Amino acid sequence: MKQFKGRVVVPGTCTAEALVSRGGFNTLASYQMALMFGDKQVKCGDQNNPDIYKKPMLGKALCLPMTIGSTTGGMVLYTACSMGKQPACMLFSLPIDSLAASGAILGDVWTDASMPVVDQLGEEFLAYVKTGMTVTVKEDGVVEVE
Amino acid sequence: MILTPEQQALLDGAKGETMAKVVKTLVMYGDAFGAERMVPVTSKYGHTVISFGLKAIKPVYALYDQLLDAGLVSGQKFTADPKPIDPKVPSSLLEDLVFKKIMYTDQKPYEEQLRKLGITSDDDYTCTCYLDEVGNKPEKGDVLSWAESSAVVYANSVLGARCNRNSGIIELMGSIAGFVPEFGLLTDEGRKASWIVEVRCEKRPEAQLLGSAIGMKVMEDVPYVKGLDKWLGTELDEKACAYLKDFGAATASNGAVGLYHIENLTPEAKEQGEALIREGAQVYVIDDAELARVQREYPVVWKDPEAKPQLCFVGCPHLTMSQLINWSDRIENALRAKGLSQVTVPTVFTASTPVLREFEKTVYASKLRTYGVILSYICPLMYMNNPLCKKKAVITCSNKLRTYTSARYYTEDEILGIITTKEAAK
Repeated sequence: MKQFKGRVVVPGTCTAEALVSRGGFNTLASYQMALMFGDKQVKCGDQNNPDIYKKPMLGKALCLPMTIGSTTGGMVLYTACSMGKQPACMLFSLPIDSLAASGAILGDVWTDASMPVVDQLGEEFLAYVKTGMTVTVKEDGVVEVE
Repeated sequence: MILTPEQQALLDGAKGETMAKVVKTLVMYGDAFGAERMVPVTSKYGHTVISFGLKAIKPVYALYDQLLDAGLVSGQKFTADPKPIDPKVPSSLLEDLVFKKIMYTDQKPYEEQLRKLGITSDDDYTCTCYLDEVGNKPEKGDVLSWAESSAVVYANSVLGARCNRNSGIIELMGSIAGFVPEFGLLTDEGRKASWIVEVRCEKRPEAQLLGSAIGMKVMEDVPYVKGLDKWLGTELDEKACAYLKDFGAATASNGAVGLYHIENLTPEAKEQGEALIREGAQVYVIDDAELARVQREYPVVWKDPEAKPQLCFVGCPHLTMSQLINWSDRIENALRAKGLSQVTVPTVFTASTPVLREFEKTVYASKLRTYGVILSYICPLMYMNNPLCKKKAVITCSNKLRTYTSARYYTEDEILGIITTKEAAK
């Protein structure tokens, strides 16, 4: 088990299975098909992201460097939160980007969904965590990976 | 963040609970980036990325209803991204059914919401709101509350306005409040480049390919591009602006670029030169071989990679007047050279309604129609956002469309060749 300390963007706690995107996470490309056609597992639709393409995202601890792509990104995350289709948490190795922050904050302020968000966990976090590992997020931004 | 007494009062509920939540959203947004204050939105118009009444995002319309019920509308009129449906664009019966009965069931009510919230006009649905024909062109230094990645990167880079890569919904909240948190691309420091891109191509690099290569390399950082003025010149004429529109859209969609500087060409690069480059900036050298590598590595996600193209989209982002005219000439010459009268792949050129209206006044519009090209205001990206299109062999010279859909990317010359081949006609 290894611990990493990040900055809390949206507070909360959770334990979930890791889903790791080593490249930028394209929110629109990842979610659009799943949201549009009611995919219960919310499988990732981003063909340019081999790490997570076609893998279920619902309830996972989404580990990523940052999000990329369309400025609908925040709206897409907000929608996922409203529909209960959000990841269990989002864990960023880098400082959070504006689109992900928007989505996470809209989800926090305007919905009842719980999706803790921690950023600045560092490159070592992303190098260490593997898809399938168990991740625990604590209130103070500590993330345990085992 | 330090709020003014007026802003604090709004946060405390002086104008109701919903307005307080709007301000809370903006404050949290600013806090996430260390913003110390809010700054007024100074542009005449806003721009929203959400232009579609998609059944899947009903929570967004419910939120907008909350805003309207609380009497909150945009403090500035705004334009919106292109519409997802246009009857002129070829579609099968099944596609029509999916578009109208399953996907975009909320289009009409959403357009009504936008009217209430403050859209400038029913014609102003385009990703290229900054073109003269549309008229939402910010001044240098204006603070914007826009979303739409291609428009934001253009406004920042080519017009010298200041806007973060805001998300849909947040942009509207900034326009409602009349202020946005000051961070990132709104600050001088945030506009400095942490990448130097050296363009060493032997021929004019394809805008959408160069932008893609840079976007994938620098991600959200600001690149300072050297060597492109050799191909674009040092004046922001119509041709250079059209190039930068396409280049920027690719940087923003293939990465997350919100601002780029082109040496000797874009306003801040002309004024400040290399002073815009941060100490220790990384260097990325791009030559013809690198661009070929980037293009070669795009995944082909067609079910049958050898399939004959069934549809071609040109114009993501929407085309400018000069691009439409240029394409008309190129198609005319290609068809004549091959002894053809019409394009051999169904082809759709997309542009804003105001641009298309002006284009209709030229001889080129009827020429293009004669060649079989369809002119539309549609958003090709929204058109292709369904599993039926995934089975369709769609080609495009838009790297944004390639990124978000199953459309296959070709350079403009390659597209021209494909849509005017006799083989495709068979």
